[in-house]
Amino acid sequence: MTYSFTPITPRPSPVKTDGIVPWLRANLFGDLKTTIATVLLGGILLWLIPQLLDWAVFRATTVTNADACRATGVGACWGAVIEKHRLIFFGRYPFEEQWRPFVATLLMVGMIVVSCIRVFWRPWLAAMWLAGLAVFFVLMYGSVFGLSKVETDRWGGFPLTMLLATLSIGMAFPIALLVGIGRTSKLPAIRAFCTIYVELIRGVPLISVLFMASFMLPLFMPQGFSVDVLIRVLVGITLFTAAYMAEVIRGGLQAIPKGQVEAAATLGLSYWQTQRKIVLPQAMAMVVPSLMNNFIAVFIDTSLVTIVSLYELMGSHGLAFNSDADWRPFKIEGYIFIALIYFTFCFAMARYSAWVEKQANKGRMR
Amino acid sequence: MTDNLITFDKVNKWYGNNFHVLRDIDLQVKRGEKIVICGPSGSGKSTLIRCINRLEEHQEGKLIVDGVELGDDVKAIDEVRKNVGMVFQQFNLFPHLTVLENLTLSPMWVGKIPKKEAEERAMKQLERVRISEQAGKYPLQLSGGQQQRVAIARALCLTPKIMLFDEPTSALDPEMVSEVLDVMIELAKQGITMICVTHEMGFAKAVADRVIFMDQGQIIEQNTPENFFNNPQNERSKDFLSKILGH
Repeated sequence: MTYSFTPITPRPSPVKTDGIVPWLRANLFGDLKTTIATVLLGGILLWLIPQLLDWAVFRATTVTNADACRATGVGACWGAVIEKHRLIFFGRYPFEEQWRPFVATLLMVGMIVVSCIRVFWRPWLAAMWLAGLAVFFVLMYGSVFGLSKVETDRWGGFPLTMLLATLSIGMAFPIALLVGIGRTSKLPAIRAFCTIYVELIRGVPLISVLFMASFMLPLFMPQGFSVDVLIRVLVGITLFTAAYMAEVIRGGLQAIPKGQVEAAATLGLSYWQTQRKIVLPQAMAMVVPSLMNNFIAVFIDTSLVTIVSLYELMGSHGLAFNSDADWRPFKIEGYIFIALIYFTFCFAMARYSAWVEKQANKGRMR
Repeated sequence: MTDNLITFDKVNKWYGNNFHVLRDIDLQVKRGEKIVICGPSGSGKSTLIRCINRLEEHQEGKLIVDGVELGDDVKAIDEVRKNVGMVFQQFNLFPHLTVLENLTLSPMWVGKIPKKEAEERAMKQLERVRISEQAGKYPLQLSGGQQQRVAIARALCLTPKIMLFDEPTSALDPEMVSEVLDVMIELAKQGITMICVTHEMGFAKAVADRVIFMDQGQIIEQNTPENFFNNPQNERSKDFLSKILGH
């Protein structure tokens, strides 16, 4: 005799797992240790936040008068930022012409935003970038269309930060791809070349790369022949970044199972077709978080170019406050201001990376 | 002209300097023949069929596939791979592409067939393995048996003359083995040349023209399935059969 199989009807769990109280219990007051940590950290926050608010908001002033800021009882002096914002934003760029870097920066940010949106991933995007960068340089450099000429060493502030970060990331990425693939190549010469490049670059700090690019390189150049310092620095940052990114990409490439390449081979795909269609898409999806780490690091590390006298956002903050005895005591407000700018962009990059990661791993979600 | 589609002539292969993995392999496969290769693990079965599409290189002897001799000539390798489809133990579907994209990839990029036509052909192959309703899904959303059937369809999209199967059911849950074997049996009936490394003896009995038993890199016995299972000629094959059929 056989019995037929009757499944038991599923029942809801007797313990409630959603809602505020269960959440609090699970996350903040789970056991004695968590409860102590919650109380301690909560206490510190309750003590810190009011003081911070008091300084930054309630006792703060926005008058652009250094003496008024010095009066006792006054908190943050946002007037310092208001007074100096043009210098912080645009560095040593000629004051009357500062609409030009302003428009150029808006253009650059606009192009970046457009490039991040999926429906715009079309061939014309590359053309847009070429045209956009040309407009950017014309606006910044001038000397045509009745715009006065502004040498690159006067460029500064946020436009310079954007330019350095965007161009070095944009140029480093393809180099990193090739070097990453090269390091996994079967051909010994290519592998050796890529390894030497990566190890050499990783063996020196970015600061010394920048020093070499800006001070030593000109010594080796023939008389009367010089490359603009901005370009030399750009090349330096690009080569530096590419080495690190290449290693991240190599990590992804090596995580692809051999069977994927074999399957592609049996289907008749060539080496480059296999890389492009099979290996890279999967490898890149895996390394999105670490690559974004690199991108953010480049964005922030552009502040190092100050040491070769290019005054990007961080450097122009120094220009604005260090040489002005009246306002120097309020440079902390200036720091907070540029920290907010850096944070806004880095946070946007981080959120974007999370989105890309989700898109790229669609095939792995059930 | 002989009717041999694949000819191994004294083929030898080593891994490194000392591991002699294929030893003096002589084997002829006729057009339309179904061959099952079995043997203990490490006996060189997989290596043998992977030589046929040059996933592995042999160092000595001659290997001719559909009139093309395999060597270092890249064009010859490409030529052979066009005619040889392969199904792997681990499926090796491309997880970042949908089922349909897995099938159209090679026809579009290697065969230069327009997308629409490639998709129509792909759907036909998916129907052949009875899985067309899953065309828009990603491989990892399917069960093992479904994935392996997609892999078979992907190989068929190249309209190969020869199909190689490398332990196609070994990574499957027991309940899914038969859905894959059914597809393979149907395929066998349609007359394609098939070489299959497997221990599914039921499958061997149902479709194989010849069973080849390998051990330690050598072909020890070649026989019809009836003779191989009922009256093995070699001590080693007898021993092997008693172990896999013993329970």
